[in-house]
Amino acid sequence: MVDDMKRTHVRTDAGGRAVHDVGGLDFGPIDRSEHDLALWEKRVDAVMILLYARKNFWTVDAMRRTIEDYGQQTYDSTEYYEKWARAMRNLLIEQQVVTRAEVEAKMIEVVARHRAAGRTVLNDAIEW
Amino acid sequence: MHDPHDHSHDHEHSHDHGDGQDPHAPQRDHDAVEMSGYEALEETLRLLLIEKGIITHDEVARQIDLMDSRSPALGAQVVVRAWLDAEFKGRLLRDAREALKEFDVDIGSLAEFKVVENTPETHNVVVCTLCSCYPKMLLGVPPAWYKSMAYRSRTVIDPRGVLTEFGLDIPLSREVRVHDSTADLRYIVLPMRPADTDELDETALVSLITRDCMIGTAEPSRVGRGA
Repeated sequence: MVDDMKRTHVRTDAGGRAVHDVGGLDFGPIDRSEHDLALWEKRVDAVMILLYARKNFWTVDAMRRTIEDYGQQTYDSTEYYEKWARAMRNLLIEQQVVTRAEVEAKMIEVVARHRAAGRTVLNDAIEW
Repeated sequence: MHDPHDHSHDHEHSHDHGDGQDPHAPQRDHDAVEMSGYEALEETLRLLLIEKGIITHDEVARQIDLMDSRSPALGAQVVVRAWLDAEFKGRLLRDAREALKEFDVDIGSLAEFKVVENTPETHNVVVCTLCSCYPKMLLGVPPAWYKSMAYRSRTVIDPRGVLTEFGLDIPLSREVRVHDSTADLRYIVLPMRPADTDELDETALVSLITRDCMIGTAEPSRVGRGA
């Protein structure tokens, strides 16, 4: 979607732009194709809303801050709900709802279960 | 984000049971042989939260149902009411939060929700340069392009060029106003009622109004509905 040249748009240099502050730059033509959300994306959305809007574990501002603290390269190359999933993991640990060890152990279990069912799990080492 | 396997998602969430595991996980997407680490991370966090009693499968399923229940049809009904009822339109433009209560729409904790009206002199278009802020309560989830770096970056600096990509050419004599949404301020466009629609009833009018008309990347028309 975003070509390699545009990916290298430097925003965090002396210009002082934050990584998410893309207004006024030029990321090329718009891909207007329609996509239904996958179930896992809907679940990320649903659990995130349950945690911050219904159960007040954090504010929307904290969620945004966690999404926006990605490095530029990763910010530009990850999809929308991938950013949300990582933000949720980091906030849950930051807020001491779960521990990093619990997340790592459960992740190994989930990945192993899917592999046992014949699925290939790609890139399961997700940047902190 | 664009999972090629999402043809199976429509029925799947209703199979979530409250037993702490997703009983259909290995079987779902039976034709899928690959999944991303992020998808596994989602499952990891959800299962941990359920095990700890912080959320339940049912809560997740209900939240997804709520998300799925919101669609641009709701926004279109609000627009048609505004077209047909000048008094309602006045209230909608002055205080959307209050006016939308009639449609059982709760703006929630957002600080502000603004309806911006297209006129012969002015065309409005909505963007969120920083992320994806969108009038979800009236339009449902935003389209992928609304969240794309291309739309976010260019709409504020070349709105007419962006609109041309959507097939919408606004004459230079008509001002284009770009509204940059934030977490605390959402916008929705009130499009102009097309000419020669006097004889149309409410249902027919609603059918003229697409999602993109309320984002501002299309205009309602009697011929050839847009996206």
